[in-house]
Amino acid sequence: MKKLSSSTSPPFWRDKRVIPILLQAIFALLVMLLGAFFFTNALGSLKQMGMSFGYDFLGKMASFDIGDKLIEFSSTDTYGKAFLVGILNTIKVALIGIILATILGFIIGISRLSNNWLAKTVATVYVEVFRNTPLLVQIFIWFYAVFLSFPSIEKSLNAFGLFYFSNRGTVIPWFELTPSSMIWFISLLVGLFLSYIVWKVRIIKQVETGQRKYPSFWALGSLVGWGVITWIFTLQSPLLLSVPVIAGRGFDGGYTIGPGFGALLVALVMYTASYIAEIVRGGILAVPKGQVEAAKALGLKSPTILRLVILPQAIRIIIPPLTNQYLNLIKNSSLAAAVAYPELVGVGITVLSQTGKSVEVISIVILVYLSMSLFTSLLMNIFNKYTQLVER
Amino acid sequence: MKKHLLALLSILLIFSVVLAGCSEEKAEETKSKSQLDIVKKRGKLVGGVNADIPGFGYVASDGSYSGMDVDITKAIAAAIFGDPDAVEYRPLSAEERFIAVQTGEVDVLARNTTYTTSRDASVGLAFAPVTFYDGQGMMVREDSGIKSLKDLQGTRIAVESGTTTELNLADQMRKLGVTYEPVVFDSQDAAIAAYEEGSVDGFTTDRSGLVSRRSTLAKPDEHFILSEVLSKEPLAPSVKDGDSKWVGVVTWTVYALIQAEEYGITQGNVDTFIDSEDPEIRRFLGVEGDLGEQLGLPKDFVVQIIKAVGNYGEVYNRHLGPDTVFDLDRGPNELWTNGGLMYSPPFR
Repeated sequence: MKKLSSSTSPPFWRDKRVIPILLQAIFALLVMLLGAFFFTNALGSLKQMGMSFGYDFLGKMASFDIGDKLIEFSSTDTYGKAFLVGILNTIKVALIGIILATILGFIIGISRLSNNWLAKTVATVYVEVFRNTPLLVQIFIWFYAVFLSFPSIEKSLNAFGLFYFSNRGTVIPWFELTPSSMIWFISLLVGLFLSYIVWKVRIIKQVETGQRKYPSFWALGSLVGWGVITWIFTLQSPLLLSVPVIAGRGFDGGYTIGPGFGALLVALVMYTASYIAEIVRGGILAVPKGQVEAAKALGLKSPTILRLVILPQAIRIIIPPLTNQYLNLIKNSSLAAAVAYPELVGVGITVLSQTGKSVEVISIVILVYLSMSLFTSLLMNIFNKYTQLVER
Repeated sequence: MKKHLLALLSILLIFSVVLAGCSEEKAEETKSKSQLDIVKKRGKLVGGVNADIPGFGYVASDGSYSGMDVDITKAIAAAIFGDPDAVEYRPLSAEERFIAVQTGEVDVLARNTTYTTSRDASVGLAFAPVTFYDGQGMMVREDSGIKSLKDLQGTRIAVESGTTTELNLADQMRKLGVTYEPVVFDSQDAAIAAYEEGSVDGFTTDRSGLVSRRSTLAKPDEHFILSEVLSKEPLAPSVKDGDSKWVGVVTWTVYALIQAEEYGITQGNVDTFIDSEDPEIRRFLGVEGDLGEQLGLPKDFVVQIIKAVGNYGEVYNRHLGPDTVFDLDRGPNELWTNGGLMYSPPFR
């Protein structure tokens, strides 16, 4: 009799299957309530000041200028386009920064494990200095002590007449498109495809016959041959080298890296590279010692061991924390406002103070950073999947 | 387990009810209460000022604030509490200032802010009368060969972000058809550093700001300010919109300074005026009538203001006048009786 009553189902709040769901539902409700509270509170205080909430200001005329820009922008364009200029500037510094920081980080990280005393010490000092000082301070040092301390434009340092260093920008030679650039670009794609086929064919032949067929030479040769054919057709080089010259208060030709962008990029690269170096070092150390010993026993040279045995295994460990550093770099680029590089936050601040739309502007900034970070994570996750060990 | 869960549930319930109630309660409270009552209850005024423009708002090495805008803040505190030191200063950057007012972090913003339509209408500010009529100017190096705005073709010009200056520069250059590269800094100190190093060719801000900034450069003689004026820059204190009582206090404090100069009442001689027979002056100083009470201030608030900082002319001369490094001409900031624009409506 007693047994029977205990087997009847308990009330739902004591049901072990219901409790976790219930708690989660309550938690979700609470979070939503809190969010709704903040939102209505913000709207309420906006209303109190007689201000409206809305994004229609994005279509209005910006009437301010932006210095460093990738697309055409004038003061008659809209706030929306100003944001676009800012976003592109953020992407520019983030993309170049990520590439350079990765290269530098890998070099430093590998150097830290080098048997060469000098390389090891320099790398260690580098990591400790750059990792343990605040990024904003580093940006200021690069800006004031390096980029603004270059000589004035009249006395600018110049290297081989190609590179100029002045306090209004560092100028490097750059390429200019010619009318046949597009043809060359298409031709390059075709050429690459052709040489790949040649390479593949030679490899198959080599495997079949067992004789050396020099696949790489053949591939390179066919690419060069294709280039000659394209030249004959267009009689023009694909790109023109534009060498900078000083013209009045600025430079003509070349590509100018402004002091703000320069300081920000160098600081971001140096800072992030110190973290990446540690991640690389950790990743390499995590590869079992036996792997290296086995490779040595096979008679492989150390660069070959690094390239073919250690790095492919280390990369699996490196990628997830590396992604974090990429995300940090993207977000840290918002410190640019301090050195007058007009990226997303810099432009956003200007728009904010001209329109007074603080909630809207900040929400746009958050949304852009969020999507950029999520997109980067997505790419890195795909790459991560690709490098993971396939277990059978 | 049952007990725990019930307790948890009830806590959550109470919490959410409180949260939901919160927003309405708070809104009602601030609606009925003027900022004046909040300031009075707090016992001190929170003033948003500039920290790096000598003459307007500047922090000395000992941490004390001085300048015209700072004196306006002191005058408001004197009007309310009879004590010019009952002020807590908040140094604000150009970008931060409006948010600080909107959110009520500061009671009054006296930070050389230009009075414009959009700031009045859509940024949610209410402006008091203009305390300084300024215009935007451009500073360049003497040896640069730049003589007018047209010579700025292809130059880099430093400007502070979040200012009307940034917009006026774009407007003027568009009008003249001059292409230039704006270099937008988030602080004036950074902009001036870039200018002094020669990374940019020009620096633009209000002319008074340029004069004061030039005095802090290593070699002031090597820089000069173009004679052209880019825009009108009437600088005025401002408060949060939608609180007419509080706007009234700030507005009439500024007018009191101007009116005192017109009557010739100074910090030194204010006591002798209290016995004056002139009904206008008696009413102005609160000996007769109840103007102070109408504003929600003590009867003698004008006397307190003058005792604290003096009249408008004294405030001006103390920070920008001939005895200072700036030696700025009064120009449009003279009293209307002397051909300027400073004019107070009657105190009655």
